[in-house]
Amino acid sequence: MPSDRKAPLPLTIAAVGGLLFLHVPLGFVILYAFTTEERSYEFPPPGLTLKWFSAVWDRPDVWSALRLSLEVAALSTALALVLGTLCAAALSRRPFFGREAISLLVILPIALPGIVTGIALRSAFNLADIPFSVFTIVLGHATFCIVVVYNNAVARFRRLHGSLVEASMDLGADGFQTFRHVILPNIATALLAGGMLAFALSFDEVIVTTFTAGQQATLPIWMLNELIRPRQRPITNVIAVFVILVTFVPILAAYYLTRDEDPAHRTGH
Amino acid sequence: MTAAVIAAPRPGALGRLSDALFRHPGLLLALLLAPPLLWLGVVYLGSLVALLAQSLFSIDEFTGQIDRTLTLSTYGELLRLANLDIIARTVLMAAAVTIADALIAFPIAYYAATYARGRTKALFYFLVMMPLWSAYLVKVYAWKLLLAKEGVVGWVFDALGIGVVLDAILAIPVIGGPSLSTSYLGTFLVFAYVWLPYMILPIQASLERVPKSLVEASADLGASPRVAFRTVILPLALPGVVAGSIFTFSLTLGDFIIPQIVGGSTLFIGQAVLIHQGTAGNIPLAAAFTVVPIVVMGLYLWGAKRLGAFDAL
Repeated sequence: MPSDRKAPLPLTIAAVGGLLFLHVPLGFVILYAFTTEERSYEFPPPGLTLKWFSAVWDRPDVWSALRLSLEVAALSTALALVLGTLCAAALSRRPFFGREAISLLVILPIALPGIVTGIALRSAFNLADIPFSVFTIVLGHATFCIVVVYNNAVARFRRLHGSLVEASMDLGADGFQTFRHVILPNIATALLAGGMLAFALSFDEVIVTTFTAGQQATLPIWMLNELIRPRQRPITNVIAVFVILVTFVPILAAYYLTRDEDPAHRTGH
Repeated sequence: MTAAVIAAPRPGALGRLSDALFRHPGLLLALLLAPPLLWLGVVYLGSLVALLAQSLFSIDEFTGQIDRTLTLSTYGELLRLANLDIIARTVLMAAAVTIADALIAFPIAYYAATYARGRTKALFYFLVMMPLWSAYLVKVYAWKLLLAKEGVVGWVFDALGIGVVLDAILAIPVIGGPSLSTSYLGTFLVFAYVWLPYMILPIQASLERVPKSLVEASADLGASPRVAFRTVILPLALPGVVAGSIFTFSLTLGDFIIPQIVGGSTLFIGQAVLIHQGTAGNIPLAAAFTVVPIVVMGLYLWGAKRLGAFDAL
Protein backbone atom coordinates (compact mmCIF):
# COMPACT_ATOMS: atom_id res chain seq x y z
CA MET A 1 0.00 0.00 0.00
CA PRO A 2 1.17 3.51 -0.73
CA SER A 3 1.91 4.32 2.91
CA ASP A 4 4.84 6.59 2.08
CA ARG A 5 2.75 8.83 -0.19
CA LYS A 6 0.38 11.51 0.92
CA ALA A 7 -3.32 10.70 0.75
CA PRO A 8 -5.26 12.10 -2.21
CA LEU A 9 -7.09 15.28 -1.26
CA PRO A 10 -10.66 14.00 -1.88
CA LEU A 11 -9.99 11.01 0.37
CA THR A 12 -8.66 13.25 3.14
CA ILE A 13 -11.68 15.51 2.87
CA ALA A 14 -14.08 12.54 2.97
CA ALA A 15 -12.31 11.00 5.96
CA VAL A 16 -12.04 14.19 7.99
CA GLY A 17 -15.59 15.15 7.00
CA GLY A 18 -16.81 11.75 8.21
CA LEU A 19 -15.09 12.20 11.56
CA LEU A 20 -16.55 15.70 11.93
CA PHE A 21 -20.00 14.24 11.19
CA LEU A 22 -19.40 11.85 14.08
CA HIS A 23 -18.36 14.48 16.60
CA VAL A 24 -19.88 17.88 15.80
CA PRO A 25 -23.47 16.99 16.88
CA LEU A 26 -22.30 16.22 20.43
CA GLY A 27 -20.68 19.66 20.55
CA PHE A 28 -24.09 21.25 20.03
CA VAL A 29 -25.51 19.32 22.98
CA ILE A 30 -22.86 20.94 25.16
CA LEU A 31 -23.64 24.40 23.73
CA TYR A 32 -27.37 23.99 24.38
CA ALA A 33 -26.77 23.31 28.08
CA PHE A 34 -25.89 27.00 28.41
CA THR A 35 -28.73 28.52 26.36
CA THR A 36 -31.17 30.95 28.01
CA GLU A 37 -33.99 29.75 25.72
CA GLU A 38 -36.42 27.46 27.60
CA ARG A 39 -39.22 26.63 25.20
CA SER A 40 -37.62 25.71 21.88
CA TYR A 41 -34.39 24.47 20.32
CA GLU A 42 -33.70 27.90 18.85
CA PHE A 43 -30.35 28.35 17.16
CA PRO A 44 -28.24 30.36 17.67
CA PRO A 45 -29.01 30.56 21.40
CA PRO A 46 -30.31 34.03 22.32
CA GLY A 47 -28.00 34.15 25.34
CA LEU A 48 -25.78 32.00 27.54
CA THR A 49 -26.24 31.20 31.22
CA LEU A 50 -25.00 28.80 33.90
CA LYS A 51 -28.23 28.82 35.89
CA TRP A 52 -29.51 25.44 34.58
CA PHE A 53 -26.65 23.63 36.26
CA SER A 54 -27.76 24.86 39.67
CA ALA A 55 -31.40 24.18 38.72
CA VAL A 56 -30.51 20.52 38.09
CA TRP A 57 -28.67 20.38 41.43
CA ASP A 58 -31.96 21.12 43.23
CA ARG A 59 -33.94 18.36 41.50
CA PRO A 60 -34.65 15.34 43.74
CA ASP A 61 -36.08 13.31 40.82
CA VAL A 62 -32.82 13.71 38.89
CA TRP A 63 -30.77 12.73 41.91
CA SER A 64 -32.80 9.58 42.53
CA ALA A 65 -32.57 8.62 38.84
CA LEU A 66 -28.82 9.15 38.95
CA ARG A 67 -28.49 7.09 42.13
CA LEU A 68 -30.45 4.24 40.56
CA SER A 69 -28.34 4.37 37.38
CA LEU A 70 -25.08 4.23 39.31
CA GLU A 71 -26.39 1.41 41.50
CA VAL A 72 -27.51 -0.63 38.52
CA ALA A 73 -24.29 0.01 36.58
CA ALA A 74 -22.12 -0.97 39.56
CA LEU A 75 -24.06 -4.17 40.31
CA SER A 76 -24.27 -5.29 36.67
CA THR A 77 -20.59 -4.55 36.12
CA ALA A 78 -19.66 -6.62 39.18
CA LEU A 79 -21.81 -9.54 38.02
CA ALA A 80 -20.55 -9.27 34.44
CA LEU A 81 -16.93 -9.22 35.66
CA VAL A 82 -17.35 -12.53 37.50
CA LEU A 83 -19.39 -14.30 34.81
CA GLY A 84 -17.44 -12.87 31.85
CA THR A 85 -14.06 -13.80 33.36
CA LEU A 86 -15.21 -17.34 34.17
CA CYS A 87 -16.43 -17.71 30.59
CA ALA A 88 -13.21 -16.33 29.12
CA ALA A 89 -11.08 -18.57 31.35
CA ALA A 90 -13.04 -21.64 30.28
CA LEU A 91 -13.24 -20.83 26.56
CA SER A 92 -9.61 -19.74 26.12
CA ARG A 93 -8.39 -23.17 27.23
CA ARG A 94 -8.16 -26.15 24.96
CA PRO A 95 -11.10 -26.83 22.62
CA PHE A 96 -13.94 -28.96 23.96
CA PHE A 97 -17.29 -30.15 22.70
CA GLY A 98 -19.75 -27.25 22.54
CA ARG A 99 -17.19 -24.45 22.81
CA GLU A 100 -18.40 -22.74 19.64
CA ALA A 101 -22.00 -22.95 20.82
CA ILE A 102 -21.12 -21.35 24.15
CA SER A 103 -19.19 -18.50 22.56
CA LEU A 104 -22.18 -17.86 20.30
CA LEU A 105 -24.42 -17.86 23.39
CA VAL A 106 -22.24 -15.21 25.04
CA ILE A 107 -22.46 -12.94 21.99
CA LEU A 108 -26.20 -13.51 21.44
CA PRO A 109 -27.46 -10.76 23.79
CA ILE A 110 -25.76 -8.08 21.70
CA ALA A 111 -26.12 -9.81 18.31
CA LEU A 112 -29.90 -9.86 18.69
CA PRO A 113 -31.63 -6.48 18.70
CA GLY A 114 -31.99 -5.13 22.25
CA ILE A 115 -35.75 -5.18 21.97
CA VAL A 116 -35.72 -8.98 21.64
CA THR A 117 -33.68 -9.37 24.83
CA GLY A 118 -35.88 -6.83 26.57
CA ILE A 119 -39.25 -8.31 25.73
CA ALA A 120 -38.02 -11.89 26.29
CA LEU A 121 -36.89 -11.01 29.82
CA ARG A 122 -40.05 -9.03 30.51
CA SER A 123 -42.38 -11.82 29.51
CA ALA A 124 -40.27 -14.29 31.48
CA PHE A 125 -40.56 -12.09 34.59
CA ASN A 126 -44.30 -11.95 34.05
CA LEU A 127 -44.58 -15.71 33.63
CA ALA A 128 -42.50 -16.31 36.76
CA ASP A 129 -44.38 -13.63 38.73
CA ILE A 130 -41.20 -11.71 39.52
CA PRO A 131 -42.06 -8.09 40.36
CA PHE A 132 -40.04 -5.39 38.57
CA SER A 133 -37.30 -3.95 40.77
CA VAL A 134 -33.66 -2.94 40.78
CA PHE A 135 -32.96 -6.66 40.62
CA THR A 136 -34.75 -7.12 37.29
CA ILE A 137 -32.96 -4.13 35.74
CA VAL A 138 -29.60 -5.48 36.88
CA LEU A 139 -30.46 -8.91 35.50
CA GLY A 140 -31.09 -7.42 32.05
CA HIS A 141 -27.99 -5.23 32.09
CA ALA A 142 -25.63 -7.96 33.29
CA THR A 143 -26.83 -10.19 30.43
CA PHE A 144 -25.42 -7.89 27.76
CA CYS A 145 -22.46 -6.65 29.87
CA ILE A 146 -21.01 -10.18 30.13
CA VAL A 147 -19.92 -10.13 26.50
CA VAL A 148 -17.99 -6.86 26.95
CA VAL A 149 -15.94 -8.24 29.83
CA TYR A 150 -15.61 -11.56 28.01
CA ASN A 151 -14.23 -9.91 24.84
CA ASN A 152 -11.55 -8.04 26.75
CA ALA A 153 -10.64 -10.95 29.02
CA VAL A 154 -10.50 -13.60 26.31
CA ALA A 155 -8.05 -11.49 24.25
CA ARG A 156 -5.76 -11.23 27.28
CA PHE A 157 -6.09 -14.92 28.23
CA ARG A 158 -4.97 -15.84 24.74
CA ARG A 159 -1.82 -13.76 25.17
CA LEU A 160 -1.10 -15.19 28.61
CA HIS A 161 1.49 -17.93 28.13
CA GLY A 162 0.64 -21.34 29.51
CA SER A 163 4.30 -21.67 30.50
CA LEU A 164 3.86 -18.96 33.17
CA VAL A 165 1.12 -20.97 34.83
CA GLU A 166 3.14 -24.19 34.54
CA ALA A 167 6.21 -22.51 36.04
CA SER A 168 4.14 -21.30 38.98
CA MET A 169 2.74 -24.78 39.58
CA ASP A 170 6.23 -26.34 39.29
CA LEU A 171 7.48 -23.93 41.92
CA GLY A 172 4.90 -25.30 44.33
CA ALA A 173 1.99 -22.89 44.06
CA ASP A 174 -1.44 -24.48 44.10
CA GLY A 175 -4.14 -23.49 41.61
CA PHE A 176 -5.53 -20.73 43.81
CA GLN A 177 -2.12 -19.21 44.51
CA THR A 178 -1.35 -19.33 40.80
CA PHE A 179 -4.59 -17.53 40.07
CA ARG A 180 -3.94 -14.94 42.79
CA HIS A 181 -0.28 -14.24 42.04
CA VAL A 182 0.19 -15.07 38.34
CA ILE A 183 -3.07 -15.03 36.39
CA LEU A 184 -4.84 -12.15 38.13
CA PRO A 185 -2.01 -9.59 37.80
CA ASN A 186 -1.74 -10.50 34.12
CA ILE A 187 -5.42 -10.07 33.30
CA ALA A 188 -6.09 -7.18 35.73
CA THR A 189 -5.91 -4.31 33.25
CA ALA A 190 -8.04 -6.19 30.71
CA LEU A 191 -10.67 -6.79 33.41
CA LEU A 192 -10.53 -3.14 34.44
CA ALA A 193 -11.01 -2.05 30.83
CA GLY A 194 -13.85 -4.51 30.29
CA GLY A 195 -15.45 -3.44 33.54
CA MET A 196 -15.30 0.22 32.59
CA LEU A 197 -16.86 -0.38 29.19
CA ALA A 198 -19.54 -2.49 30.83
CA PHE A 199 -20.19 0.34 33.28
CA ALA A 200 -20.49 2.91 30.50
CA LEU A 201 -22.75 0.59 28.51
CA SER A 202 -25.04 -0.05 31.47
CA PHE A 203 -25.10 3.59 32.55
CA ASP A 204 -26.68 4.79 29.32
CA GLU A 205 -28.66 1.70 28.31
CA VAL A 206 -32.29 2.42 27.60
CA ILE A 207 -33.77 -0.22 25.27
CA VAL A 208 -33.60 -3.28 27.53
CA THR A 209 -34.27 -1.09 30.59
CA THR A 210 -37.59 0.07 29.11
CA PHE A 211 -38.79 -3.51 29.45
CA THR A 212 -37.16 -4.59 32.69
CA ALA A 213 -37.89 -1.52 34.85
CA GLY A 214 -41.18 -1.05 36.66
CA GLN A 215 -41.91 2.35 38.15
CA GLN A 216 -38.25 3.22 38.77
CA ALA A 217 -36.54 5.55 36.34
CA THR A 218 -32.84 5.29 35.57
CA LEU A 219 -31.26 8.45 34.19
CA PRO A 220 -31.65 7.33 30.54
CA ILE A 221 -35.30 6.41 31.19
CA TRP A 222 -35.84 9.86 32.72
CA MET A 223 -34.25 11.37 29.61
CA LEU A 224 -36.31 9.24 27.25
CA ASN A 225 -39.52 10.44 28.86
CA GLU A 226 -38.34 14.00 28.37
CA LEU A 227 -37.45 13.34 24.74
CA ILE A 228 -40.87 11.94 23.94
CA ARG A 229 -42.77 14.67 25.82
CA PRO A 230 -40.39 17.60 26.33
CA ARG A 231 -41.39 19.51 29.45
CA GLN A 232 -38.12 20.75 30.89
CA ARG A 233 -35.70 21.20 28.02
CA PRO A 234 -32.99 23.09 29.96
CA ILE A 235 -32.79 20.35 32.61
CA THR A 236 -32.57 17.69 29.88
CA ASN A 237 -29.76 19.61 28.17
CA VAL A 238 -27.67 19.67 31.33
CA ILE A 239 -28.30 15.98 32.00
CA ALA A 240 -27.23 15.14 28.44
CA VAL A 241 -23.90 16.88 29.05
CA PHE A 242 -23.55 15.04 32.34
CA VAL A 243 -24.17 11.66 30.67
CA ILE A 244 -21.54 12.49 28.02
CA LEU A 245 -18.99 13.17 30.76
CA VAL A 246 -19.85 10.10 32.85
CA THR A 247 -19.48 7.77 29.88
CA PHE A 248 -16.46 9.57 28.41
CA VAL A 249 -14.15 8.96 31.38
CA PRO A 250 -14.46 5.15 31.57
CA ILE A 251 -14.21 4.83 27.78
CA LEU A 252 -11.04 6.92 27.73
CA ALA A 253 -9.59 4.87 30.59
CA ALA A 254 -10.47 1.58 28.88
CA TYR A 255 -8.82 2.82 25.70
CA TYR A 256 -5.54 3.59 27.49
CA LEU A 257 -5.60 0.28 29.38
CA THR A 258 -5.86 -1.86 26.25
CA ARG A 259 -4.42 0.25 23.45
CA ASP A 260 -1.47 -2.07 22.85
CA GLU A 261 -3.76 -4.96 22.04
CA ASP A 262 -5.20 -5.93 18.71
CA PRO A 263 -8.13 -3.53 18.18
CA ALA A 264 -9.98 -6.20 16.21
CA HIS A 265 -10.89 -7.93 19.48
CA ARG A 266 -12.78 -4.99 20.80
CA THR A 267 -15.08 -4.29 17.88
CA GLY A 268 -17.54 -6.95 18.95
CA HIS A 269 -20.07 -4.65 20.49
CA MET B 1 9.71 -34.88 35.92
CA THR B 2 8.89 -37.97 37.93
CA ALA B 3 5.49 -39.08 39.06
CA ALA B 4 6.55 -38.87 42.70
CA VAL B 5 7.05 -35.11 42.45
CA ILE B 6 3.64 -34.53 40.96
CA ALA B 7 1.90 -36.92 43.30
CA ALA B 8 3.07 -35.22 46.49
CA PRO B 9 -0.29 -33.99 47.84
CA ARG B 10 -0.67 -30.41 48.88
CA PRO B 11 -1.72 -29.83 52.49
CA GLY B 12 -5.08 -28.49 53.61
CA ALA B 13 -8.55 -28.64 52.09
CA LEU B 14 -7.81 -25.94 49.51
CA GLY B 15 -4.65 -27.77 48.51
CA ARG B 16 -6.54 -31.02 48.02
CA LEU B 17 -9.16 -29.21 45.99
CA SER B 18 -6.43 -27.61 43.89
CA ASP B 19 -4.89 -31.04 43.25
CA ALA B 20 -8.24 -32.52 42.35
CA LEU B 21 -8.91 -29.74 39.84
CA PHE B 22 -5.45 -30.17 38.34
CA ARG B 23 -5.97 -33.89 37.88
CA HIS B 24 -9.44 -33.45 36.44
CA PRO B 25 -9.38 -30.58 33.93
CA GLY B 26 -12.93 -31.49 32.95
CA LEU B 27 -14.12 -30.78 36.48
CA LEU B 28 -12.37 -27.39 36.47
CA LEU B 29 -13.98 -26.59 33.13
CA ALA B 30 -17.39 -27.54 34.46
CA LEU B 31 -16.91 -25.39 37.57
CA LEU B 32 -15.79 -22.42 35.47
CA LEU B 33 -18.67 -22.75 33.04
CA ALA B 34 -21.48 -23.51 35.46
CA PRO B 35 -22.28 -19.93 36.65
CA PRO B 36 -22.21 -18.22 33.22
CA LEU B 37 -24.11 -21.11 31.65
CA LEU B 38 -26.75 -21.00 34.36
CA TRP B 39 -27.18 -17.31 33.64
CA LEU B 40 -27.03 -17.24 29.86
CA GLY B 41 -28.21 -20.74 29.09
CA VAL B 42 -31.06 -20.98 31.57
CA VAL B 43 -32.22 -17.44 32.36
CA TYR B 44 -31.51 -15.76 29.03
CA LEU B 45 -32.04 -18.57 26.55
CA GLY B 46 -35.00 -19.78 28.59
CA SER B 47 -36.63 -16.36 28.29
CA LEU B 48 -36.01 -16.31 24.55
CA VAL B 49 -37.55 -19.74 24.06
CA ALA B 50 -40.51 -18.80 26.25
CA LEU B 51 -41.02 -15.68 24.14
CA LEU B 52 -40.91 -17.62 20.88
CA ALA B 53 -43.32 -20.17 22.34
CA GLN B 54 -45.78 -17.39 23.13
CA SER B 55 -45.87 -16.38 19.47
CA LEU B 56 -47.63 -19.71 18.92
CA PHE B 57 -50.43 -18.71 21.31
CA SER B 58 -53.21 -16.42 20.21
CA ILE B 59 -55.34 -13.73 21.74
CA ASP B 60 -59.11 -13.94 22.07
CA GLU B 61 -60.39 -10.84 20.30
CA PHE B 62 -63.46 -10.50 22.54
CA THR B 63 -62.10 -11.14 26.00
CA GLY B 64 -58.50 -10.04 25.42
CA GLN B 65 -57.40 -13.25 27.16
CA ILE B 66 -54.45 -15.21 25.86
CA ASP B 67 -55.46 -18.60 24.50
CA ARG B 68 -52.71 -21.13 25.19
CA THR B 69 -53.48 -23.60 22.43
CA LEU B 70 -50.78 -23.84 19.81
CA THR B 71 -51.74 -22.12 16.60
CA LEU B 72 -50.19 -20.28 13.67
CA SER B 73 -53.00 -17.73 13.54
CA THR B 74 -50.86 -15.04 15.16
CA TYR B 75 -48.37 -15.39 12.34
CA GLY B 76 -51.29 -15.13 9.95
CA GLU B 77 -52.14 -11.82 11.56
CA LEU B 78 -48.57 -10.71 10.95
CA LEU B 79 -49.28 -11.05 7.23
CA ARG B 80 -52.07 -8.46 7.33
CA LEU B 81 -51.40 -5.50 5.07
CA ALA B 82 -50.86 -2.99 7.90
CA ASN B 83 -48.28 -5.26 9.54
CA LEU B 84 -46.52 -6.12 6.27
CA ASP B 85 -46.31 -2.39 5.72
CA ILE B 86 -44.47 -1.97 9.04
CA ILE B 87 -42.07 -4.80 8.20
CA ALA B 88 -41.35 -3.47 4.68
CA ARG B 89 -40.77 0.06 5.99
CA THR B 90 -38.31 -1.17 8.64
CA VAL B 91 -36.37 -3.43 6.29
CA LEU B 92 -36.14 -0.66 3.64
CA MET B 93 -34.90 1.79 6.25
CA ALA B 94 -32.32 -0.74 7.47
CA ALA B 95 -31.10 -1.25 3.91
CA ALA B 96 -30.87 2.50 3.19
CA VAL B 97 -29.03 3.15 6.46
CA THR B 98 -26.60 0.30 5.74
CA ILE B 99 -25.76 1.63 2.27
CA ALA B 100 -25.30 5.19 3.51
CA ASP B 101 -23.08 4.05 6.39
CA ALA B 102 -20.93 1.94 4.07
CA LEU B 103 -20.40 4.98 1.81
CA ILE B 104 -19.51 7.34 4.68
CA ALA B 105 -17.45 4.77 6.57
CA PHE B 106 -15.27 3.55 3.72
CA PRO B 107 -13.13 6.70 3.24
CA ILE B 108 -12.57 7.00 6.99
CA ALA B 109 -11.57 3.34 7.30
CA TYR B 110 -9.44 3.50 4.14
CA TYR B 111 -7.59 6.60 5.30
CA ALA B 112 -7.01 5.15 8.77
CA ALA B 113 -5.81 1.78 7.42
CA THR B 114 -3.68 3.06 4.54
CA TYR B 115 -2.34 6.55 5.19
CA ALA B 116 -2.60 7.20 8.92
CA ARG B 117 0.54 6.31 10.90
CA GLY B 118 1.60 6.52 14.51
CA ARG B 119 -0.23 9.17 16.47
CA THR B 120 -2.69 9.99 13.69
CA LYS B 121 -3.70 6.36 13.50
CA ALA B 122 -4.24 6.16 17.26
CA LEU B 123 -6.26 9.36 17.11
CA PHE B 124 -8.42 8.03 14.27
CA TYR B 125 -9.06 4.84 16.16
CA PHE B 126 -9.99 6.72 19.31
CA LEU B 127 -12.24 9.16 17.45
CA VAL B 128 -14.17 6.21 16.01
CA MET B 129 -14.29 4.12 19.17
CA MET B 130 -15.39 6.99 21.38
CA PRO B 131 -18.80 7.55 19.75
CA LEU B 132 -19.28 3.78 19.45
CA TRP B 133 -19.47 3.43 23.22
CA SER B 134 -20.79 6.82 24.24
CA ALA B 135 -24.32 7.64 25.27
CA TYR B 136 -26.80 6.44 22.67
CA LEU B 137 -29.66 8.54 23.94
CA VAL B 138 -27.59 11.71 24.02
CA LYS B 139 -26.65 11.16 20.38
CA VAL B 140 -30.30 10.86 19.43
CA TYR B 141 -31.01 13.96 21.49
CA ALA B 142 -28.26 15.87 19.68
CA TRP B 143 -30.11 15.28 16.42
CA LYS B 144 -33.38 16.42 17.88
CA LEU B 145 -31.64 19.73 18.56
CA LEU B 146 -30.06 19.84 15.12
CA LEU B 147 -33.13 18.88 13.11
CA ALA B 148 -35.81 20.89 14.94
CA LYS B 149 -37.57 23.44 12.79
CA GLU B 150 -35.85 26.30 14.62
CA GLY B 151 -32.63 24.25 15.07
CA VAL B 152 -29.11 24.25 13.71
CA VAL B 153 -29.61 22.61 10.31
CA GLY B 154 -32.44 24.95 9.36
CA TRP B 155 -30.37 27.91 10.51
CA VAL B 156 -27.38 26.82 8.39
CA PHE B 157 -29.58 26.47 5.30
CA ASP B 158 -31.06 29.93 5.91
CA ALA B 159 -27.68 31.50 6.64
CA LEU B 160 -26.34 30.16 3.36
CA GLY B 161 -29.40 31.57 1.63
CA ILE B 162 -30.56 28.15 0.44
CA GLY B 163 -33.50 27.67 2.80
CA VAL B 164 -35.57 27.01 -0.34
CA VAL B 165 -33.53 23.88 -0.99
CA LEU B 166 -34.43 22.48 2.45
CA ASP B 167 -38.10 23.29 1.85
CA ALA B 168 -37.91 21.57 -1.54
CA ILE B 169 -36.38 18.47 0.04
CA LEU B 170 -39.04 18.41 2.75
CA ALA B 171 -41.74 18.77 0.11
CA ILE B 172 -40.75 15.43 -1.46
CA PRO B 173 -43.55 12.98 -0.73
CA VAL B 174 -42.89 9.98 1.57
CA ILE B 175 -39.43 10.98 2.83
CA GLY B 176 -40.34 14.62 3.55
CA GLY B 177 -42.57 16.15 6.20
CA PRO B 178 -43.34 19.38 8.07
CA SER B 179 -39.77 19.53 9.41
CA LEU B 180 -36.68 17.35 9.34
CA SER B 181 -37.36 16.09 12.85
CA THR B 182 -40.76 14.75 11.81
CA SER B 183 -39.74 13.19 8.48
CA TYR B 184 -38.33 9.83 7.41
CA LEU B 185 -35.32 11.72 6.12
CA GLY B 186 -34.62 12.79 9.70
CA THR B 187 -35.07 9.22 10.99
CA PHE B 188 -32.68 8.03 8.31
CA LEU B 189 -30.05 10.65 9.22
CA VAL B 190 -30.16 9.75 12.91
CA PHE B 191 -29.95 6.01 12.23
CA ALA B 192 -27.01 6.53 9.86
CA TYR B 193 -25.26 8.73 12.42
CA VAL B 194 -25.76 6.49 15.43
CA TRP B 195 -24.60 3.24 13.77
CA LEU B 196 -21.73 4.67 11.69
CA PRO B 197 -18.87 3.57 14.04
CA TYR B 198 -20.14 -0.03 13.86
CA MET B 199 -19.43 0.10 10.11
CA ILE B 200 -16.04 1.84 10.25
CA LEU B 201 -14.25 -0.58 12.59
CA PRO B 202 -14.85 -3.85 10.67
CA ILE B 203 -14.00 -2.20 7.33
CA GLN B 204 -10.79 -0.86 8.80
CA ALA B 205 -9.96 -4.29 10.24
CA SER B 206 -10.40 -5.95 6.84
CA LEU B 207 -8.37 -3.23 5.04
CA GLU B 208 -5.52 -3.64 7.53
CA ARG B 209 -5.32 -7.28 6.52
CA VAL B 210 -4.89 -6.62 2.78
CA PRO B 211 -1.26 -7.71 2.17
CA LYS B 212 0.95 -4.91 0.89
CA SER B 213 2.60 -7.32 -1.50
CA LEU B 214 -0.65 -7.88 -3.37
CA VAL B 215 -1.02 -4.17 -4.06
CA GLU B 216 2.63 -3.90 -5.08
CA ALA B 217 2.27 -6.92 -7.36
CA SER B 218 -0.72 -5.37 -9.09
CA ALA B 219 1.30 -2.18 -9.62
CA ASP B 220 4.21 -4.22 -11.01
CA LEU B 221 1.81 -5.90 -13.39
CA GLY B 222 0.82 -2.49 -14.72
CA ALA B 223 -2.34 -1.67 -12.80
CA SER B 224 -2.89 2.01 -12.13
CA PRO B 225 -3.75 2.90 -8.50
CA ARG B 226 -7.36 3.24 -9.58
CA VAL B 227 -7.45 -0.22 -11.15
CA ALA B 228 -5.59 -1.71 -8.19
CA PHE B 229 -8.14 -0.21 -5.83
CA ARG B 230 -11.08 -1.57 -7.80
CA THR B 231 -9.76 -5.04 -8.57
CA VAL B 232 -7.57 -5.82 -5.53
CA ILE B 233 -8.39 -3.70 -2.49
CA LEU B 234 -12.16 -3.37 -2.84
CA PRO B 235 -12.91 -7.11 -3.21
CA LEU B 236 -10.66 -7.88 -0.23
CA ALA B 237 -12.40 -5.21 1.87
CA LEU B 238 -15.87 -6.50 1.01
CA PRO B 239 -16.09 -8.96 3.94
CA GLY B 240 -15.47 -6.00 6.25
CA VAL B 241 -18.31 -4.06 4.67
CA VAL B 242 -20.60 -7.07 5.05
CA ALA B 243 -19.53 -7.53 8.67
CA GLY B 244 -20.30 -3.88 9.40
CA SER B 245 -23.62 -4.15 7.64
CA ILE B 246 -24.62 -6.95 10.03
CA PHE B 247 -24.47 -4.41 12.86
CA THR B 248 -26.15 -1.51 11.04
CA PHE B 249 -28.89 -3.78 9.69
CA SER B 250 -29.62 -5.58 12.94
CA LEU B 251 -29.50 -2.44 15.07
CA THR B 252 -31.89 -0.59 12.76
CA LEU B 253 -34.32 -3.51 12.64
CA GLY B 254 -34.75 -3.63 16.39
CA ASP B 255 -34.65 0.04 17.34
CA PHE B 256 -37.82 1.66 18.63
CA ILE B 257 -36.41 4.81 20.17
CA ILE B 258 -35.10 6.73 17.18
CA PRO B 259 -38.29 6.57 15.06
CA GLN B 260 -40.27 7.53 18.15
CA ILE B 261 -38.22 10.67 18.78
CA VAL B 262 -37.28 11.75 15.26
CA GLY B 263 -39.67 10.77 12.50
CA GLY B 264 -43.19 10.51 11.19
CA SER B 265 -46.19 8.98 12.89
CA THR B 266 -46.06 5.57 11.19
CA LEU B 267 -44.60 2.59 13.01
CA PHE B 268 -41.40 0.59 12.76
CA ILE B 269 -41.09 -3.04 13.94
CA GLY B 270 -39.67 -2.07 17.32
CA GLN B 271 -42.53 0.35 18.02
CA ALA B 272 -45.08 -2.27 16.97
CA VAL B 273 -43.58 -4.73 19.45
CA LEU B 274 -43.67 -2.10 22.18
CA ILE B 275 -47.31 -1.23 21.54
CA HIS B 276 -48.52 -4.82 21.27
CA GLN B 277 -46.81 -5.97 24.46
CA GLY B 278 -47.67 -2.83 26.39
CA THR B 279 -50.93 -0.97 25.95
CA ALA B 280 -52.52 -3.54 23.63
CA GLY B 281 -51.52 -6.48 25.85
CA ASN B 282 -51.20 -8.72 22.81
CA ILE B 283 -48.06 -10.62 23.81
CA PRO B 284 -48.46 -13.31 21.11
CA LEU B 285 -48.44 -10.72 18.31
CA ALA B 286 -45.56 -8.84 19.93
CA ALA B 287 -43.64 -12.11 20.12
CA ALA B 288 -44.42 -12.88 16.49
CA PHE B 289 -43.13 -9.43 15.55
CA THR B 290 -39.82 -10.05 17.31
CA VAL B 291 -39.44 -13.21 15.25
CA VAL B 292 -39.23 -11.01 12.12
CA PRO B 293 -35.87 -9.38 12.93
CA ILE B 294 -34.56 -12.74 14.16
CA VAL B 295 -35.49 -14.42 10.85
CA VAL B 296 -34.25 -11.51 8.72
CA MET B 297 -30.96 -11.47 10.62
CA GLY B 298 -30.70 -15.27 10.35
CA LEU B 299 -30.99 -15.05 6.56
CA TYR B 300 -28.61 -12.12 6.52
CA LEU B 301 -26.00 -13.92 8.63
CA TRP B 302 -26.31 -17.00 6.46
CA GLY B 303 -25.57 -14.90 3.38
CA ALA B 304 -22.77 -13.04 5.16
CA LYS B 305 -21.12 -16.28 6.22
CA ARG B 306 -21.02 -17.36 2.59
CA LEU B 307 -19.21 -14.10 1.76
CA GLY B 308 -16.64 -14.78 4.50
CA ALA B 309 -17.69 -11.80 6.62
CA PHE B 310 -17.07 -13.48 9.98
CA ASP B 311 -13.31 -13.39 9.54
CA ALA B 312 -13.54 -9.58 9.58
CA LEU B 313 -15.49 -9.25 12.82
